[in-house]
Order: sequence, then C-alpha cells, then structure tokens
Amino acid sequence: MKQSIFKILSNEALTDCVYKMVLSGDTSAITAAGQFVNIKLAGLFLRRPISVCDYDEKTLTIVYKVVGKGTEVMSKMKPGQELDILTGLGNGYDLSAAGDKPVLLGGGVGVPPMYNLAKKLIAEGKKVSVILGFNTKSEIFYEEEFKNLGCDVTVTTVDGSYGTKGFVTTALEDMDYTYFYTCGPEPMLKAVHKASRTSGQMSFEERMGCGFGACMGCSCKTLTGYKRICKEGPVMRKEEILWES
Amino acid sequence: MGKLNVNLCGIQLSNPVIPASGTFGYGYEFAELYDINELGTFSFKGTTKDPRFGNPTPRIAECPNGMINAVGLQNPGVEKVISEELPKLAKCFHKPVMANVSGFSVEDYAYTCEKLDKEAQVGWLEVNVSCPNVHGGGMSFGTQPEAAAEVTRAVKAVTTKPVIIKLSPNVTDIVSIAKACEDAGADGISLINTLLGMRIDLRTRKPVIANKMGGFSGSAIFPVAVRMVYQVANAVKIPVVGMGGVSSAEDVIEMMLAGATAVEVGAANLVNPYICRDIIRDLPEVMAKYRIDSLEEIIGGVK
Repeated sequence: MKQSIFKILSNEALTDCVYKMVLSGDTSAITAAGQFVNIKLAGLFLRRPISVCDYDEKTLTIVYKVVGKGTEVMSKMKPGQELDILTGLGNGYDLSAAGDKPVLLGGGVGVPPMYNLAKKLIAEGKKVSVILGFNTKSEIFYEEEFKNLGCDVTVTTVDGSYGTKGFVTTALEDMDYTYFYTCGPEPMLKAVHKASRTSGQMSFEERMGCGFGACMGCSCKTLTGYKRICKEGPVMRKEEILWES
Repeated sequence: MGKLNVNLCGIQLSNPVIPASGTFGYGYEFAELYDINELGTFSFKGTTKDPRFGNPTPRIAECPNGMINAVGLQNPGVEKVISEELPKLAKCFHKPVMANVSGFSVEDYAYTCEKLDKEAQVGWLEVNVSCPNVHGGGMSFGTQPEAAAEVTRAVKAVTTKPVIIKLSPNVTDIVSIAKACEDAGADGISLINTLLGMRIDLRTRKPVIANKMGGFSGSAIFPVAVRMVYQVANAVKIPVVGMGGVSSAEDVIEMMLAGATAVEVGAANLVNPYICRDIIRDLPEVMAKYRIDSLEEIIGGVK
C-alpha cells in the first residue's frame, strides 16, 4: 500500500453515468489486476474505493459509475486537479490457474477490472474470451478497447438492444473455457458461480471504512474462514465462497 | 524542542498519541507503513472471551465530518490474540501495548482481563464498557454507575496492571459513572467511545447500516469529547485518556488542556493511515507556536 498524490490527466464520460479518469502518479504499489485504490475527496470523510481498470509505470486508469456523492464529486473534477490516493489495495486476481483459454465476465461497472486482467493474460500468451454484460445498448463501454487487446469479445444486453440478448451467463453456456474470472453485481456473481463449468475467481464489493484491513468494516464469511473484502479480497476463489442469502 | 513525554498510570509514554481500539487492528497493517514504535502506544482491537464475527454488513456509513460503524467487536477471541496476534506484534512493536477488552457479562470481562494481564507485552488494560454495537453487553455496563463499578471491581480483583475504564458518551451523567469507576478502583478513565447514530438511504428507505444503528465518530464529535473529558477530568483524581474526533496536533493539545493525560486517535486512522505519525511529528512545532515547553505541564490547564 502506498499513499500518494495523483494528478488528473483526463476525466471523460463514456456513457450517461460512467466516467473514465486517467491520472499520473506513483503506481509502484499496484501489483496485480483486480486490486483497487481508495480516493480521498474534498468534503467527504471516508475515502472511496474504486477498482483499477488499467495502470502502467506512470499512469492509473479508473472507470467509475456515478452512484452517490463521492463518484459525483469525481465526475466533476478537471484535468490538472490532484487527488490523494491509497494504491495497491486488495489481493487482485491470481493468473496462475487460468489455463490456456480463460473467460472473463464483467457486468456493468464490474467491466473495468477485467481490462488490465485481459491485458496481462494476453501478454502471457493466453487465448482470452471476454463477456461484457449490460442492461441496454446505451450503457455499453469498453467493447472496442477489449477487441483492440485481441480478446474474443461477446456483449450481452438484458433487453436485447445490442449483442446477445440475456445475461453474461447466457453467453457462457456454449463457450469453451479453461477457467473464469468475473466482477459485477452480486446477483450476477451468484449466477456465474452456478453456471460456470470450471473453477474461477470473483471479485466482491462492500462498504469499506479504511480499505486496508484495519477496521473490519467489510468482513465476510467464507468456507475458509472470515475474510476482509479489502485485504484478503476483493477476489475470492469459487470454492471458498459462502452465499449467505 | 518541547517535551512530549507523559506518564500514564505509572508507565512513561514518549508522547501522548495513542491509536484507538478498532481503528488500528493489532498493529501490523500500520507497521508495514511506518515504524509504529514512534507511537506512545496503541490500543489493540477490542478482544472478547470467545471469537466473534460481529454484525452483518454494511457496517459502515459516511456522515458529515465523520462516519458510523457497527462492526460489533469482530475479533479472534482472547486465546488466539495471545497465541497468534501478540507474537506477531512483538516483531514490530517493542513498547507496552494497551489491551482493549469487551465482554457480555462481568465474568467475561474478568476472564479476558486476567488472561491478558499475564502477558508481558500488555501495559494497560482498557476495559470497554461502552460498545454501542453489541446487544446484552458492552454499552449496557457503561450506562449505569453501579454496573460500571461492578465490572471495574471484578477486573481489578484478578489483575495487576493499570485498569482504564472506557466510557460511553450515550449517558445522561458521565461524571457519576466515571466517579463510580474511580471509587471501584479504576486506575484511569478513557472517553469518549462513539455516539450512537443512524443514517437512512433515501433511495431504499432503509437504514444504511445492517444493524440499523452504530457508533458515530470522526471530527464532528470532537467538541462533545472535549466537553466530556473536561467534565470527567475535573471530577476524578485518576488520569483521563481523551478521545473522540482527534485528527491534528492542535486537537491533541486541546484535549490535554481539557484534562487528558494521553490522547487516542480513532476514525482519522482509517482515512489517513499515517495520521498518528504525522501528529507526533507536528507536535513540537505546534507546541512552540503556543509556547508549550512540556505537554505534561498543560494537562488540565483549563479550569
């Protein structure tokens, strides 16, 4: 974990309520795809945890949806402004079990962390399939970006206005894959857990206090004991997940 | 440079800054960030007789200048704290640590305190009779003078180290409870724990916190904390540890002027993990600005 100041390079809308922010700063603490950062915002007490979409030595890219006060403040920020960010939080995805044909499933605002993961898996020579799930055509983002990485991309929409009609699990049915990685709303994660024919990893969300393991605000029960979403998570293995409801 | 050291119940602290229980885990998350031996000490995560998962999530809510938590005393239980957490801590922290203890019965408190009292690393026992997030225990012992005194007596009977009773602000007369603890043999008082609070989500029309209510902390509660520290410090002869919304060197000095011998920092650790280190580094300059030679001399400076 590292605390440092980042400068906003760009902050633009991808859809009505999803924004892409690129920042420059010290990214040395980020070690894996699927980790998150925790952002201090003026006028708000707690930091806001946001997943990392992509990063390199000098830049950090986050893609976030405006859902409350914190993300609203972020959406109004301009290039040149600075943010106090804790980086390198959470475990991130483990690439070692991917096999040669992993499938990545992202639902809505769960799509962003799949991007750096896809990049890393392709760099390892894997044949990567990506299923991006949205409610409707106007909400779609990053389809081209994944295609440009060289992924086999399927887009699903619940209302059928674009791509395959249905859920990410609809597209998963007749796909051939060695392992899965996913991030999205909990009902989607549950559906993927049930529908998947291989082992895999899924990333979870929870309201957090600190984001670095100190407050026990985001604990969950798993088949392998109590875990902190921010520290031992947010990525859990399929085999350890305990659905409580 | 001004003197930062204070004496808390017979043990010297190199400075009065103490991360508060529940915001600092068992120390080692922070030890990865800086040398936690810079701290006066810290109060570790509230420990109970048996392991606890705590409350369902969400356990955290944003508030103006603060937050609500309803963690519910998640901890591995006293046996594991002694067998696993303390040995891990010994590698990165070489000062006496403050052991924070909670319970659900007088016997629970005595059992857990007796075990921790035997540990060489433990300097003080901070007995939490003020947790707002558990039912049938915690705060219920801290809202009546007689119950708080009973816990104090039971703990004092089985321990040798200084016993500091941590009080709840969710009472009508904090002074009577503090005095009851002093009369029962407490070596110190710490306050304030969190204020009972609640937030409602307008969209779902449900409480933000799964447990509905939780403990409100953060800079918003600082004036309430200063007031209660002042009231208690003027009513008891034993040392008072002040806490509640402290987030700067100036706040530490204000708490000490109100009567605190040492000062705990809570919610601020969650927002800025370096805050305690920064406060300690800022203290000499702020002391010089207000012409303070020694922090010990300003304790209770406001009458």
